[in-house]
Amino acid sequence: MLLEASNASKTFRARRGGTSVDAVVNANLQARPGDFVAIVGESGSGKSTLARMLLGLIPATSGSVALDGTDLASMSKTQRIRYRRTVQAVLQDPAGSLNPRKTVGRIVGEVVRLHNIARGRDAVVDTVAETLELVGMVPAASFLGRFPHELSGGQRQRVLIARAIVLGPRIIVADEAVSALDASVKAGVLQLMDDLRRRLGVGYVFITHDLPVVKKVAEYVYVMKSGEIVEEGTKDQIFTAPEHPYTTTLLSAAPTLAASYGPPE
Amino acid sequence: MTTTGTPLLQVENLRVHLPTGSRTEVEAVSSVSLAVRRGERVGIVGESGSGKTVTGRAIAGLLPTSPRVRVQGSIRFDGREMVGAPPKAWDQVRSRTVGMVFQDPLTYLNPVMKIGRQVHEAIPPGRQRSGENGDVLHFLSLAGLENVRELAQRFPHELSGGMRQRVLIAIAIAKMPDLLVADEPTTALDATVQQRVLTTLDETVAELDTSLILISHDIAVVAGMTDRIYVMYAGHVVESGRTREVLEKPEHPYTQALLRSVRSLTEDGVELYSIPESLRASWARKEEARAS
Repeated sequence: MLLEASNASKTFRARRGGTSVDAVVNANLQARPGDFVAIVGESGSGKSTLARMLLGLIPATSGSVALDGTDLASMSKTQRIRYRRTVQAVLQDPAGSLNPRKTVGRIVGEVVRLHNIARGRDAVVDTVAETLELVGMVPAASFLGRFPHELSGGQRQRVLIARAIVLGPRIIVADEAVSALDASVKAGVLQLMDDLRRRLGVGYVFITHDLPVVKKVAEYVYVMKSGEIVEEGTKDQIFTAPEHPYTTTLLSAAPTLAASYGPPE
Repeated sequence: MTTTGTPLLQVENLRVHLPTGSRTEVEAVSSVSLAVRRGERVGIVGESGSGKTVTGRAIAGLLPTSPRVRVQGSIRFDGREMVGAPPKAWDQVRSRTVGMVFQDPLTYLNPVMKIGRQVHEAIPPGRQRSGENGDVLHFLSLAGLENVRELAQRFPHELSGGMRQRVLIAIAIAKMPDLLVADEPTTALDATVQQRVLTTLDETVAELDTSLILISHDIAVVAGMTDRIYVMYAGHVVESGRTREVLEKPEHPYTQALLRSVRSLTEDGVELYSIPESLRASWARKEEARAS
């Protein structure tokens, strides 16, 4: 299975009088189940727009996003539904992506019902509980009736992951999925993602500006700047021998503990 | 840095209760003691919910003035007690002594007022030196901004995130405060922009000889900017000391675990480490017992 963007571009038309914005320009990217692919770049580099194109949330202006050679733009309704199940999203802001008025059980349960993963109240609850346990929310029964505001940031992010994997996706597009989390919670969610990859063979397209995290978990890296993919390569290539000057700038900007003891002289 | 005399800021046994519902409340800060001397840079690190932001707001006198917001203990500026002080006294402290830089500049900038006027408003009357415009441009350039003449005529939405954060720094320093409290000033920014804003903050504070409290969940950010560090957990300061010593030889198990998880995210060949919930519960109980 292969998710592939080929010369995919997105131009946002401007309001009258303004100039249009080329958010993504001729992007070529490949992701497979079991892969951990990262897209890095600053805000405004187009990485979130590319993520939304991969998810089929916005159409490409030119070029294509295709799953196993079938262009998203030419998919039938059934093919699209299957695409949705195969490629799922985990987004940055768990508080903003969860309906504050629904319990965890309902949030995950409604996806189960919509996609006919299970029928009947008990079967739905069972599926939800199983998935919650899979993402480390144990015992699941104690979380089913809780509302998003009754959860910690890390737990909310786990609910988002549960909602994605309950559909049995092969690839998850994660847009800044751990950027807002504290170090320890971040490590926990990353552990979970890696664990799901081993156990279920899920692949990730991981979009972030957090380079240390990329270095830790990614296998293949795309670097974006001003809408273009300026460099790509295996993690080792990017981190040990970056070719594009922008990549070098990005790498040197990430603060690390070792580099920053004491006040600057 | 002098170690004698009255510190600029002395906080002792600070305890803050905030209302969470019509009848419920939470003890956001349980026991915090800290001191900042003139010209000193102090960091407060902790995870979300540790009480670091509420501590910062209490110091800047920016907690809501409701009878249900209870602040106990002692906050002294140059020896002057501010807990329970009348609003007029706080007005003075806020206008002269403490400046604050927030995480989210868009929320704290007036969207319908030009940048120049917002900076001008912050300069206390009697401190204006080189005429309205000159002062404004001076502080904007001090905060590392360029083309300040043109910038002063712009609105917040016309600026990038990094520029807005610098404008907030300009506003905070415009009153030439003795102490700058910066709460997660770069958390919403990308790495490259973060680095530039931190450099700006660093240079500005040095230039004006202002003391700094830098609050962040990112230890790496605090490590590079501060002389001393306070580690907060569940409303308590669990460890404090010279930044370098705390980071190299952490004593409290929480600090050790936190550093382990930070290292696990940034260093090669170390397995990802997340602090187990069971450990957290046991520390919380211990801190409770120690405080009472």
